[in-house]
Amino acid sequence: MRKMTEMAILQRLSSKRRLWRFHGGIHIPDEKDLSNACAIEPIPLPARLVIPLQQHIGAPARALIGVGERVLKGQMIAEPVGFISAPVHASSSGLVVAIEQHPVPHPSGLSALCALIETDGEDRWAELPPPLTDYPQLDPGLIRERIRWAGVVGMGGASFPTSVKLSPGTDREIQTLVINGAECEPYITCDDRLMRERAGHILEGVRIMHHLLGVKEVLIGIEDNKPEAIEAMRLALAETDMHAYTEVVAIPTLYPSGGEKQLIRILTGKEVPTNGIPAQIGIVCQNVGSAAAVADAVLDGRPLISRVVTVTGRAIAHPRNLEVPVGTTADHLIAHCGGYRATPRKLLCGGPMMGFELKQTETPVTKSSNCVLALTAEESPSADAALACIRCGRCAEVCPAKLLPQQLYWHARSKDLDRIQDYNLFDCIECGCCAQVCPSHIPLVQYYRYAKTEIWAREQEKRKSELARARHAAKQARLERQEQERQARLRKQKAALEAKSAGDADPKQVAIEAARRRAAAKKPGASVQRTDTPRD
Amino acid sequence: MKPSVVSSPHVPRVNRVDRLMLQVLVALVPGIVAMIWFFGWGVLINITLAVSFAVAAEAAIMLARRRPPMVAIGDLSAVVTAVLFAISVPPTLPWWLTLLGMVFAIVLVKQLYGGMGYNPFNPAMAAYVFLLISYPVAMTTWLAPNMLAEHHLSFLESLRIILQGAPPTGLDWDAISSATPLDEMRGKLDMDMTIEQIRQSPLWGAFGGRGWEWVGNWFLLGGVYLLWRRIITWHIPVSMLLGLLVCAGIFWSIEPQTHPFPAFHLFSGAAILGAFFIATDPVTACTTKKGQLVFGATIGVLVYVIRSWGGYPDAVAFAVLLMNIAAPTIDYYTQPRVFGHGGERG
Ligand code: SF4
Ligand code: SF4
Repeated sequence: MRKMTEMAILQRLSSKRRLWRFHGGIHIPDEKDLSNACAIEPIPLPARLVIPLQQHIGAPARALIGVGERVLKGQMIAEPVGFISAPVHASSSGLVVAIEQHPVPHPSGLSALCALIETDGEDRWAELPPPLTDYPQLDPGLIRERIRWAGVVGMGGASFPTSVKLSPGTDREIQTLVINGAECEPYITCDDRLMRERAGHILEGVRIMHHLLGVKEVLIGIEDNKPEAIEAMRLALAETDMHAYTEVVAIPTLYPSGGEKQLIRILTGKEVPTNGIPAQIGIVCQNVGSAAAVADAVLDGRPLISRVVTVTGRAIAHPRNLEVPVGTTADHLIAHCGGYRATPRKLLCGGPMMGFELKQTETPVTKSSNCVLALTAEESPSADAALACIRCGRCAEVCPAKLLPQQLYWHARSKDLDRIQDYNLFDCIECGCCAQVCPSHIPLVQYYRYAKTEIWAREQEKRKSELARARHAAKQARLERQEQERQARLRKQKAALEAKSAGDADPKQVAIEAARRRAAAKKPGASVQRTDTPRD
Repeated sequence: MKPSVVSSPHVPRVNRVDRLMLQVLVALVPGIVAMIWFFGWGVLINITLAVSFAVAAEAAIMLARRRPPMVAIGDLSAVVTAVLFAISVPPTLPWWLTLLGMVFAIVLVKQLYGGMGYNPFNPAMAAYVFLLISYPVAMTTWLAPNMLAEHHLSFLESLRIILQGAPPTGLDWDAISSATPLDEMRGKLDMDMTIEQIRQSPLWGAFGGRGWEWVGNWFLLGGVYLLWRRIITWHIPVSMLLGLLVCAGIFWSIEPQTHPFPAFHLFSGAAILGAFFIATDPVTACTTKKGQLVFGATIGVLVYVIRSWGGYPDAVAFAVLLMNIAAPTIDYYTQPRVFGHGGERG
């Protein structure tokens, strides 16, 4: 009986919306069945948390704690500095044993400032702000402030502060809120599980964002290889009053449909302008995880201190989806999943298409880490030696940004950093489609990352040298001024000396001079000439 | 530059150059079998010789450049070059011309430009044109297809001709050779014969030269295979054949008695082989889709122009080489509109 009504609901909510397609894209084995049947489960509290003090794009946060201090779960340990910034909270209670450089998840294997917290096992909460369940009656500024306080950032990987995205400014009218549940990267299943298990909570977050943005429609895009998630979201939607403006849209499975620009294109047909942001075309895009975190912050007064992480890959004994406190290190996650079943060839943070290698297993999970992936040699064979580009054009056929990857490669190789920008290097989203299909096995993305870094470095160098030049010019000017003043002083002294020596030589002359001066003082016009003379 | 960190993607790659080349070779098999059927063992002997010479030349130059020879040989591109060359030249070509052609193709046209991927000209076609200009007689003496030949060459006789450069005693060229259909057409049209008269000739088959017309079909089959396996896309072959057909169609409809009908052009000479296997060589063709359409169509038109008014009866090699020069420029002006750069409406 119940099944029947569910069927009817799903029938009614199934989307007939026109979808657009983006150029290129590739079909890759999604490998999601390794972990998509595993329900989200909590992980035992680790003995030590390594919490990076910057987990967002923007200005770094300022540490609020010192070594030796006790912290409580949910206590803010770093506060935002500036508008585009986000705070960081302790994910459990314990003792701050160090604030030091520690490896963080970053493509370059960088270290960054982290707070090392020895947990006390009590997991005691700090005092939390009150829930804002009556948010529709509240000042939107207050709600945004709450989301900002909670440290919510984009949890799909970009980690841009969510509160900033939810404050598009008065000059821009936002029509559409796009919720990203595409999860197009192979292996990753954390958003899938989140949607299956916490659909109602995600929708609460969506409702809050809808309220803040005042948008006309909300589109939740989910790839059609996740039918259970689509169903769960639709059923949860039917139980709310949101279906007037919300639609759960099943989109064709095609990597990288979860790229922000690609998803917006699929759902609305609009293209985010180059170098632009979705708000320019009236769209805001948020990840399902961020929606759930917004609900946590507003309805429960809880900061973002944990997230769902998929631990998977054929080298992992028991792949799982875990609810992980931010700051838990990768080795702890792997141990909890039964360790390795086979020797991993690569340990990645993120998916196999865009993720990066973890150099050390003590690297912590951050707010934007969605996956810890241990691949065997079969899953990720070591690259053959790259051959020369045969200009076959396969890369251009699959490039979702419609670039000419072989031209980018050509210019990156010859270090022609100006020409490579003519070919729109910065529109490359580093999705890896081109490298995946290249028959010559050229590590194309690597070249693009390199070129981008070089250009940034060059620009910084330029800014620096411009600054240096300005400083140099200012210094020159100052020196010149000082020199002039010195000369002037010297001349004055000399003149005074001369006058004195002249006086010594002939007292009569001095007397005459003095008399002349007195006379001149009575006639101001003449005095200028007079007094000037000796100085020339 | 040499990137140091291994960056994404971390999944197995789906394509490989040597596998692509292998597919091209597989696709050539039906056409080659048809050629052997119509023109005898010489075709096979030529292929064997050309492949050996090409691989040897490739190995030699790699050794001279102090690089491991297998890197270049392993990609199979030299083999493809050799096979395309061997099936474009007469099945009786003396061995030393094949050698000359392969050394020219591999050493001068390919390796001196930096090797696979860097050569602006299609090596097989460059070698073909080089020999055609230097040795026009040897390069245009074609065997008659089997149904027209007075004498069918045995394997040994074919080998003797290729090794000695002359027919064995007791045989002369007249008995075994005949003009190609394109030659025949040009020659007779120049003698003011009408198409109708020319079609009376025993050389004439259903819609093209006897024997010849069917070889094209088998290459077409291989071409469709390449399309199906997505080794090539339709852009170059379709636009090239359309370019040729449209030109032929226009002139034929104006003056059908002095211009052969379009199917003749399609199934004569190297039109189909060229469209699917030669013009589509990625290294020397255009890479943008729009560019490929321009590239292919222009080759088609050039083939018609050169066949009709040029100094040589077949024109695919010339047309392809001419367009090889233009390819980078065409690519530059046919770049796709980048995502987010305005223009197209949803
Ligand atoms: S796919 Fe590779 S070989 Fe083909 S054009 Fe692109 S870079 Fe060159
Ligand atoms: S990595 Fe960049 S160039 Fe390659 S397919 Fe993706 S967007 Fe295009």
